[in-house]
Amino acid sequence: MNSYSNSQKIWLVALRLLVGWHFLYEGVAKVLNPKWTSLGYLMDSQGWFASLFHSMANSASTLSAVNFLNEWGLILIGLSLMLGCLTRVGCIGGILLLFFYYLSHPPFIGSEDLFMLPREGSYLWVDRNLIEIVTLAVLYVFPTSSVFGLDGYLLKLLKNKPSKLL
Amino acid sequence: MSEENKKQQEEPSSSGRRNAIKTLVSVPVLGAMAYGVYKKTQYDRSRRNLGDLFKLEPITPPSAKEISPNGKTLRLGIIGYGIRGKQLLRAAGFAEPAVIDAWKEAARTNSNDTRYHDYMEQESLNVEVTGVCDIFDTYAESAVLSGSNIHRQGTNGSFGTPPKRYRYYKELLAANDVDAVIIATPDHWHGTMAMDAALAGKHVYLEKPMSWTVPETYMIRDVIKQSGVIFQFGHQGRQTDSYLKAKQIIEKNILGPVSLIEVCTNRNDPNGAWVYPIHETASPQTIDWRQFEGDETRIREYLDYMQSQGLTRYVGPEPRDQFDLKRFFRWRCWWDYSTGLSGDLLTHEYDAVNQILGVGIPHSATSSGGVYFFKDGRTVPDVLQTSFEFPDRDLTMLYSATLASQRSRGKVFMGHDASMELSSSLTVKVDPRSTRYADQITKGIIKPDTPLITYVPGQENVDAVSSATELYFAQRGLLYAYVNGKRYDTTYLHIREWVECIRNGGTPSCHIDAAFEEAITAHMGTRAYLEGRTMYWDKEKEEIVRG
Repeated sequence: MNSYSNSQKIWLVALRLLVGWHFLYEGVAKVLNPKWTSLGYLMDSQGWFASLFHSMANSASTLSAVNFLNEWGLILIGLSLMLGCLTRVGCIGGILLLFFYYLSHPPFIGSEDLFMLPREGSYLWVDRNLIEIVTLAVLYVFPTSSVFGLDGYLLKLLKNKPSKLL
Repeated sequence: MSEENKKQQEEPSSSGRRNAIKTLVSVPVLGAMAYGVYKKTQYDRSRRNLGDLFKLEPITPPSAKEISPNGKTLRLGIIGYGIRGKQLLRAAGFAEPAVIDAWKEAARTNSNDTRYHDYMEQESLNVEVTGVCDIFDTYAESAVLSGSNIHRQGTNGSFGTPPKRYRYYKELLAANDVDAVIIATPDHWHGTMAMDAALAGKHVYLEKPMSWTVPETYMIRDVIKQSGVIFQFGHQGRQTDSYLKAKQIIEKNILGPVSLIEVCTNRNDPNGAWVYPIHETASPQTIDWRQFEGDETRIREYLDYMQSQGLTRYVGPEPRDQFDLKRFFRWRCWWDYSTGLSGDLLTHEYDAVNQILGVGIPHSATSSGGVYFFKDGRTVPDVLQTSFEFPDRDLTMLYSATLASQRSRGKVFMGHDASMELSSSLTVKVDPRSTRYADQITKGIIKPDTPLITYVPGQENVDAVSSATELYFAQRGLLYAYVNGKRYDTTYLHIREWVECIRNGGTPSCHIDAAFEEAITAHMGTRAYLEGRTMYWDKEKEEIVRG
């Protein structure tokens, strides 16, 4: 990353921190609300995969697993991006999670009329989930965490064995 | 990346410190978030404390009693197996096999359709159907089949002993193997049949409205009380948990003085306007028209009133003894058999308000409306507004109905300090000009436009900080009505309460006094409409008097 200019470094790190913030706070807010459940969101799913998400909501055990994975997934991904720790693992995890959200609430023509949850914008094919997915992909291919983050130390611990995941 | 690290290792210690600082670049950002989360938690806690102000106890629905497992099997008869009769028998555990087929199919194609599953989960009431009566052969045969569907199976299932079909309801009431009857006939038969049933010693579940004429209303109350039978009146809203919650909110005086209640009916399809399909097998050969006409005493009471008040334009217009398929299937459209919007739909709304506020019979009723959309020869109005005054409670209840627009209007209780809207969920919003909450509003602790209390059925407690999402789902009916954590059909619960009272004693929640208040209130609204003047209730004499 030493080939980056200073302003490139600043904006890439800022982007990583803010995306990390977004993930972390979404997770923390859910953990802090004992009544939070993904039931409503899952039941509101539309599109090709709606029945998959509905079936997740209909089984109590699957639902509690989904809730747990979502809450702690968001927190770990957020921490990984903010601390610059296992950042690339975090990026991939984030992309996967967001991809599920995208499939569950696809911003397709007509689908906006079907959602019961209020949406706070106007989307056509591209929505915030998709943009954040691409953002994470950018962060994956332009890493900053070996200098601005803990991944540098992890590298040392791994005795400089090159790892694609850091 | 490994090259990068080699370079880093070779750098002098001052740049090592710089690197350490770079490494920890996120610390201040995490600190900011921690501070933010702390502030947010404090804010939520203050809102929650506010919720504690209005802490409500968990509700116990009237039907929440355990089913007595070893109780004697109750032998049930049903009179009237039309639309509502089918629903009632189904709720009691005896569904038409075709409905089971349809539910099974629906569940197969749509995993979200849990009607079949819920129905099979519904606890047995330990009842059997021993007698059925309907004056239309097709309905009667269908009732016999459903009554024998003891295993809740589809068309290809195995059935139990079929109940006996009676052509005359009095024969059913005379049967020794019937302990209790469900009455779901047209309005003009309700009172007569309920009285005859009670006199025959049968327990009664009577559909609303309680009566068709005013004179019979008093008689029914007397007969039911004297007979000592267990009487449940068909307002299943008595089992709705959000109504029970609303009652607590009223009792805690969270709304302040309530001066206006608005209740509404909004439907917009022929079915909702009582234009039901005419069955293909219906004919003078399959329908006992003579019995359909009604009880002679009742008809005389009806005609006496209409003639004495110069209202004969509302009678008929066809002769009563003239066979007419429209009048048979769509009887709700004619005063000759019906109690109109007042008896059919206002009564549900009124009973909810009476359940929550205990308002009793209003001091006066004033109505207006007309036949404005369904000009199909009906005599009952399709648009009706009635205002009921309760001066001793300092409030007005406004009923506003149209059968030609589905624009949703809730049940709203308007208090000086807060208003409460009831649908499948319950929402309380503080009034911006409230005196009681003025301080908290000024300090910004209470935000008048955001719900202060939302109650979502199925959740154990009312929470002042329920999320907008939860509310949204509740209002769209995506979360279901629950009792003790299990989803139920309120009609089932209502019948269950009746059956349990028969078996173990006690008075059902929708007892004869509630039914009397309901019937008189509906009659006041109807008379006010027909006569075009205000009707008053003389409390002492228990009489409807004219203004």
